[in-house]
Amino acid sequence: MTDLTLNDMDDATPNAGRAEKLYQASPRQLMWWRFKRHKVALVSGIILLLAYLVTGLAEVTAPYDAFEGNARATLLPPQALHLFDSEGTFRGPFVYATTRTRDPVTLRPMYKPDTSKVVPIRFFVTGSKYRLWGLIDGNLHLFGATGTDKINLLGTDTLGRDVLSRLIYGGRISLSVGLIGVAVSFVLGLTLGSVSGYFGGMTDNIVQRSMEFLRCIPTIPLWMGLAAALPITWDPLFVYFLVTILLSLIGWTYVARTVRGRFLSVKNEDFVLAARFCGTSETKIITRHMLPSMTSYIIAALTLSVPDMILGETALSFLGLGLRPPVVSWGVLLQEAQNLRTISQAPWLLAPGAAIVIVVLAFNFLGDGLRDAADPYSK
Amino acid sequence: MTSYILNRFAWAIPMLFLVSIAAFTVIQLPPGDYATALVAEMRANGDTPPEGTEERLRHQLGLDRPMYEQYGTWIGNIVLHGDFGTSLTYNQPVSNLIWSRLALTVAISFASLLLTWVIAIPIGVYAAARQYSFLDYFFTIFGFLGRGFPEFLSALILMWVAYSWMGMNVGGLFSPQMQDAPWSLAKVGDMFGHLWIPLLVLATSGAAGLIRVVRANMLDELNKPYVETALAQGLTEWAVIWRYPVRVALNPFISTIGWALPALISGDVITSVVLNLPTTGPLLLRALQSQDMYLSGSFILILGVFTILGTIVSDILLAISDPRIRYR
Repeated sequence: MTDLTLNDMDDATPNAGRAEKLYQASPRQLMWWRFKRHKVALVSGIILLLAYLVTGLAEVTAPYDAFEGNARATLLPPQALHLFDSEGTFRGPFVYATTRTRDPVTLRPMYKPDTSKVVPIRFFVTGSKYRLWGLIDGNLHLFGATGTDKINLLGTDTLGRDVLSRLIYGGRISLSVGLIGVAVSFVLGLTLGSVSGYFGGMTDNIVQRSMEFLRCIPTIPLWMGLAAALPITWDPLFVYFLVTILLSLIGWTYVARTVRGRFLSVKNEDFVLAARFCGTSETKIITRHMLPSMTSYIIAALTLSVPDMILGETALSFLGLGLRPPVVSWGVLLQEAQNLRTISQAPWLLAPGAAIVIVVLAFNFLGDGLRDAADPYSK
Repeated sequence: MTSYILNRFAWAIPMLFLVSIAAFTVIQLPPGDYATALVAEMRANGDTPPEGTEERLRHQLGLDRPMYEQYGTWIGNIVLHGDFGTSLTYNQPVSNLIWSRLALTVAISFASLLLTWVIAIPIGVYAAARQYSFLDYFFTIFGFLGRGFPEFLSALILMWVAYSWMGMNVGGLFSPQMQDAPWSLAKVGDMFGHLWIPLLVLATSGAAGLIRVVRANMLDELNKPYVETALAQGLTEWAVIWRYPVRVALNPFISTIGWALPALISGDVITSVVLNLPTTGPLLLRALQSQDMYLSGSFILILGVFTILGTIVSDILLAISDPRIRYR
């Protein structure tokens, strides 16, 4: 065991001081060392931080507004990013302007890059006005083009709206659904899991059976049924809130199972017995002594339940039962790519799908890494 | 064994009751009821129903009675007469509409469960027997990707690939020219030409997780002394693997059917909507969109009942394969 944990530490630490440092390390430090060894989890964590940062600051990071359409550039394919122009001289990042023609037979718009006209990408340009988080007015965008030129790195949709910008705005909703849903399932799972694990007996039986029950209903039809009951006329934000609660109604079981398992194993540890002998109240034993000892497990379980929420929201919105336009979420965006004709004409509309896959995988890897690091004293 | 089976069935009764409550809640949730809908329909048709029609209808249909009585009538009709109520949009008894679709949903779920196993067991066993080989890593990556792809997305992508690269039109269950043709060998072949995408989508998403389970179980078993003994007797490696550790490693596998079923049915609902298959999915979606509550409630009820029954079957199978469970 000692060997393995020794390897968890930084390689920079000199060998002689290693054992000493290991024995003095706090649990948190041990966890961090072990987590760092899980490279994929580390990278996933960074990807997720970036994703939340970019979507959190969507007004600044998105080059355009989510609803700003351009009738002259509908279903524009993604523009290729170049560094060198056709003569081979370095021009910094740029795209070629596009010329629009119509297909003589189908009358569909066709676009061709115009290699004579370079549209440089500038950073921190002024563009459309926005109000960041409804508080701060501004018009500065992380990147964009100056003048009348536009850049659409991921192309445009049927109304000529920038897919990249919509992707970033949609991510704000889709990613936060996971966090809010997790907060709700955290409360439910923690309460029911700890009660069920600590008291055991009949209480445990009831909680276990209801969890089993929730797990054996096919989630999508149930979610669909409940989501369809939400009136269309309600405020989109309120619907968004209710959808997240619906998702966490099933998501809490995973957290509760982990918490219960930990409670069962910690229940008979010496420190709990000691607390009980001192006459500490049950509530205090649970909240002050037992729960803090399993924080890391809970965090790992929460991380692992986020992707289910994100997938649930996406699936519901994709079916048109969850969030509805004008709210932009990844599921809502994918609704546009629902039929074969659109996808074969404009495969770039599937971009939100790629974003979902990346985020869900990153959460899974991060959760795996956290779970492994949660118990730094094990092998 | 008998007592175990009886016990499982006894537990199923409260579960079935809860499922029926959930389905009934879905029927009741939307604002307004059948009477409101009927009167609104009359108005939409240009009639002017006399004052008080709504209340009279409500009384006639028993909609003004307390909730528990209404629930009693609803579930009583289902259990005793197989009468699920009337679909508002189709103006037909619900039972006329659902059975053929349910049969297809069950068939697809069952077929994809089998396909999941056909994919997952050999791959999982191989990955464990040749741990850290190239194929092991390859399938590890495949397993993670399967976890990240939502079913509807893989269905969309496969549909697009089949259409643009193989020139196949894969939506629906039959090609247009076969739609009304009488059953023949060609029609069955045509059906399989359309069914492979949903089967593949459902089986990959299930197999992705199960490969990991089989692999982990096999790795636990492979180091046990009995494997070594068998090898020492001179049996070939694969003969040993398939004959002994695989059997043990598959135990926890059977117990996961209970979880696999709800996931499969969920997946089938959404995949069928994307692929426009005549299963429960699209009809349920349409019923929910038009607030056709008897239809959607019945679907939710029946799907729930199927999963509970499936879970019981898997529990019994598990008890048969692992004696420790029945005596616990």
